[in-house]
Amino acid sequence: MRINLRVNGEQSAVDDVWEGESLLHVLRERMALPGSKNACEQGECGSCSVYLDGALVCACLVLAAQAEGREVVTVEGLATDHDDLHPVQQAFLEAGAVQCGFCTPGLIVATHELLSRRPDPSESEVREALAGNLCRCTGYEKILDAVALAGRRMAAGGAG
Amino acid sequence: MDFFRPVSLAEALELKAAHPECTPIAGGTDLMVELNFDKKRPETIIDLTACSELQEWSRDNGTVRVGAGVPYSRIIAELATDLPGLAIASRTVGSPQIRNRGTLGGNLGTASPAGDGIPPLVAVGASVELASTSGTRSMPVTEFITGVKENALRGEELITAINVPGSRGPQQFSKIGTRNAMVIAVATFSVALDLEARSVGTALGSCSPRPLRASDAEAFIADEIDWDGRTPLPESAAARFGELVADAARPIDDVRGTAAYRKHALKIMAKRTLTWTWEEART
Repeated sequence: MRINLRVNGEQSAVDDVWEGESLLHVLRERMALPGSKNACEQGECGSCSVYLDGALVCACLVLAAQAEGREVVTVEGLATDHDDLHPVQQAFLEAGAVQCGFCTPGLIVATHELLSRRPDPSESEVREALAGNLCRCTGYEKILDAVALAGRRMAAGGAG
Repeated sequence: MDFFRPVSLAEALELKAAHPECTPIAGGTDLMVELNFDKKRPETIIDLTACSELQEWSRDNGTVRVGAGVPYSRIIAELATDLPGLAIASRTVGSPQIRNRGTLGGNLGTASPAGDGIPPLVAVGASVELASTSGTRSMPVTEFITGVKENALRGEELITAINVPGSRGPQQFSKIGTRNAMVIAVATFSVALDLEARSVGTALGSCSPRPLRASDAEAFIADEIDWDGRTPLPESAAARFGELVADAARPIDDVRGTAAYRKHALKIMAKRTLTWTWEEART
């Protein structure tokens, strides 16, 4: 089947999608957007976190056909300039919050979502907001540092 | 595989009548796992997320009608005052990503004994609304769920809404699991005080094949509570309440916990949540 959806601001039509296929599979395998990672495929790990019509979701738990006519934003779509990094991405790099890197895209999208609605979250709010994202390297302390750094920078610079 | 995406409830019901064997999908948090792991290959899927009627809630005469497709995140944000027990339970569901997608209709459709959304419905006597092209019927949640992952939904029907009596006193929900997020409950407990009827509603989760109320515990504590004077609850009465709740459970040993542990957890959760709600009622 054909699916029409808007991804990272661009309207797309994707052909030959199987009816039982996840949005994650379409993004990674049919749209050349491998930023969203495929790990648990059951919503446990958050590595495939994307925005669907502005809501944070696991792309592995969205049937691709359900995204018809919807707006999707992936980690690839967060930076305004393609060559630049978003302040959240920059903060993850600088804080050493990236180890093997597999969970990073999901955590960056989840952090982006948190800071966009709550610019100055408490630590417990950060932990709650990121509770659906697992880091198998267990680098959580650096991740919390990165969220705090990104929050400070975005508040100072007004970047979203 | 066929895929349909009705844009109204009427169209969805026509499709369900024509394809009674089809599998509905809303938030997808259960069904997509089965598809991703090749455990289920439905011949036909009907996507309900474009039916706006299912995504609404409304108040009517003290009851809140929650559309089957309202996600947990909206129950938390919009219904915490009307339905505090359900909102507390909704906060314990999965993770933010799961709460943005998962729905009460899906929880009831899956009918898992560990469904977090179910005990708060049972404790207040909520009912499920089922619709087909020939009409609508309603039944209590306790009757709707007939066994482990089994319910009374007919092939031509869809779960359209849940009618939940609005809060008439403090409510609480407690859940035991291995961590705070992304946990399938080992045991849950819901309690709802009705300060007008002077009664206490309870429900046990993950502790029996079907949703269960602890009727003996409810009757015992309604007699013990000083509804007029609002004096503190004697420790011994709260403890006895916990024991009666644990006695009502019919748990099993499984990978998440033993039956004995579940009973122990229920005893503690029941005593604790009852004390919280009564303290709230007194202030």
